[in-house]
Amino acid sequence: MSRSANINSRTNRTTVRLLYLLSSLLYLLFTTPAHAARIGDLSETSLWEQALRFFTFQDPSVRYALLGSMLLGICCGLLGSFLVVRKMALVGDALSHAVLPGVALGFLWNMNKDPVAIFIGATVAGLLGTAVVNLLKQTTRLKEDTALGLVLASFFAVGICLMTMIQRLPTGNKSGIDKFLFGQAAAIGAADVQLMAVVTGVVVVVIALFYKEFLVTSFDAGFARAVGLPVQAFHYGLMLLLAFAVVIALQAVGVVLVSAMLITPAAAAYLLTDRMHRMLLLAAVFGMAAGALGAFLSFLGNNLPTGPFMVLAATAVFAAAFLFGPRHGVLARWWRQRSRAARIQRENTLKAIYHVLEARNFLGEGVSLRELAERRRETEEEVAAQAAALHTHGLATLHDDGNHIFVTPDGWQRACAIVRNHRLWELYLTNEAHLAADHVHEDAEKIEHLLGEETVRELERRLVNTKQDPHGKTIPVVPISLGTKAETTPGYGRSA
Amino acid sequence: MMALSIVAVAMSNFIPPFDAHRVFVEPWTQDFSSSVWIALMGFFVATACGLVGNYLILRRMALVGDAISHSILPGIAVAFLISGSRGSLPMFLGALVAGAVTTVLIEVIHKKSRVKQDAAIGIAFTSLFAVGVILISLFASKVDLDQECVLYGEIAFIPLEGMVELAGLTLGPPSVVRMALVTLVVALLVGLFYKELLVSSFDPALAVSLGINSTFVHYALMAMLSVVVVSAFEAVGAILVIAMLILPGATATLLSHRFPVMLGLTVLHAALSAVLGLHLGVWLNCSLAAAMVVAGTGLFIAAAAVFGYQQSHAHEHSQNNNLRGRPGD
Repeated sequence: MSRSANINSRTNRTTVRLLYLLSSLLYLLFTTPAHAARIGDLSETSLWEQALRFFTFQDPSVRYALLGSMLLGICCGLLGSFLVVRKMALVGDALSHAVLPGVALGFLWNMNKDPVAIFIGATVAGLLGTAVVNLLKQTTRLKEDTALGLVLASFFAVGICLMTMIQRLPTGNKSGIDKFLFGQAAAIGAADVQLMAVVTGVVVVVIALFYKEFLVTSFDAGFARAVGLPVQAFHYGLMLLLAFAVVIALQAVGVVLVSAMLITPAAAAYLLTDRMHRMLLLAAVFGMAAGALGAFLSFLGNNLPTGPFMVLAATAVFAAAFLFGPRHGVLARWWRQRSRAARIQRENTLKAIYHVLEARNFLGEGVSLRELAERRRETEEEVAAQAAALHTHGLATLHDDGNHIFVTPDGWQRACAIVRNHRLWELYLTNEAHLAADHVHEDAEKIEHLLGEETVRELERRLVNTKQDPHGKTIPVVPISLGTKAETTPGYGRSA
Repeated sequence: MMALSIVAVAMSNFIPPFDAHRVFVEPWTQDFSSSVWIALMGFFVATACGLVGNYLILRRMALVGDAISHSILPGIAVAFLISGSRGSLPMFLGALVAGAVTTVLIEVIHKKSRVKQDAAIGIAFTSLFAVGVILISLFASKVDLDQECVLYGEIAFIPLEGMVELAGLTLGPPSVVRMALVTLVVALLVGLFYKELLVSSFDPALAVSLGINSTFVHYALMAMLSVVVVSAFEAVGAILVIAMLILPGATATLLSHRFPVMLGLTVLHAALSAVLGLHLGVWLNCSLAAAMVVAGTGLFIAAAAVFGYQQSHAHEHSQNNNLRGRPGD
């Protein structure tokens, strides 16, 4: 009960944020009455003037273009998130190509760019496309990828046939129909923005109302069926909303690249968070930013198509998330791997120091670099670098011009912990898993860095005698130092 | 229903009247030479694409074909900008590089992050395609290419190209000759490496045990795909190519279980859709390349309606899988 309430409150918060976003966008629409000048009127303006025209929002067409692009970004980001987590990204691609004949038929309806007629036509065509994909998958031996490709290409071909027929008609206002292929945000008018706002509102409200259901059917269809949810119905509902999103995005992004607005912002959000509601919000924001940036960039040049710029803006966001994402980013992973390797290196050096000291029955505290180098079978330069690393981490101090290492209490504790991990594991493998004593060293070399406190306690419980390892060496007891570090060290062999 | 009838009324003055003489006879009497070259071009494109496409379908890589056919666009545009000509060699090189970049990008995105392969495909090819479209619209004056050509090609302009002559023999328009060569090479490669392609497509493990380098076969197939797509690009554009890749093979899959028969049916489908598409395009006065795809779709629908459902035992199987599998799997 409390869990579902929790989900609901989270959804509500996300919804409120989205609605806030939407209303502030709509506010833009009604501010500053402006003199009319259309995008593309002036061909000789400088980039700077164009940029200024864009940011002062003087032209209504600029405001419509910007608003429309942002609305479609929100809509596509939200629905694309579900596609990405359901591994259905290419369904979006097929659907977006399949709407083209519907666009052409909607245009034919009364021979002009009537948003509602095109909306209806495109939605029907898109849904028909997904239905055909399912039909092919279920009744023939064609696999999903082939079915998707078939529907994508053949619907698109029918659409192109119709479009070229329209363009060769002697009568009618044909302007604008070709903009549906690569998108032109400047072609967005007031009626289009209204339709986009309504559709985006519907999408946000439906997702908010059925958030839990969409979540469950997306992540665990079996469980959803078991609790009696109509999984198929939600699938088709999602397809319907998706068709809506594709259709309102058509004019600004174009048929060919709509799928990128569905996939790329959502994939970027997927790299940044593990929570669905956060992913939805991030994807909406990314989509909106990509839409605005794309509209701006295509406005700078004269008559450049908008869609490709939006797609590249979205790709830039994805690339940033891919490289710099705090948890799943390439750099963060690389950094984690590197610091893990450095920690293992330090622990191995400490272990070697322990071995040197053990070999002379713990007489004297300092270990010379030469002894250490012999023990590790490395050059003195390499060992000196390792010693310096220990020094910077407060695990050892250097004396006699850096030729002798003295381990600090923290370092000693860590060294004992590592050796103890190693020998306990060897003991466990010989006593409990009945491996030969000369086969256990390699395994222990790896696991000693990974054993956490709980595992060590478990080993101690299971082993009767933890005094000596299988090779007859004493298993050290980890000294409990009175320093502050002792409490904060999370486990044996782990660096704080 | 009412909506349909209204559409029908609206369509009645949209669709030209069907005049059998104009549609079926005139292309072969009045415009004989141009019809022949256009139909031949369509046939070669569909054959080359269909042969490669058969393997894509077998390997469940149909959508990789989709991705590569989109993403060769920047390669072609850059090749144009650097070489300043529409020569075959720069185009092939550009397309090969772009195809390789796509394959690598998909792998990198998929392997280095938790993004799944389908989304990785979607991100990679749309980005590259966007770069291509921007290049073409920025340098439209320098590049002998426009957005329409990207979408549905210029197969109707082939008769205007002039003829290639070799040793006194008139061979045909240059693009048709080039496409014929590509088709010949593809057919030869498919014939020579029939066993390798087949085994590595059906059973990669067996291929490894027979000493066939599956990775090499994979990349060779991708290279072949890039070359075929780029040579078809001029005629049918970047998106209709997907139809040429998938339609013949998918139709053949419905009609036969035997792979050699499927290859033969692919060629048959290519020939039929080229000729029927020509007539359809003449009748409707629309893009000929798109009309050829629509004709091919018609053949596919006929095959699916007559023979498709007989193999519906696959249906129960796949449904069981769906029950067990994950969503969207």
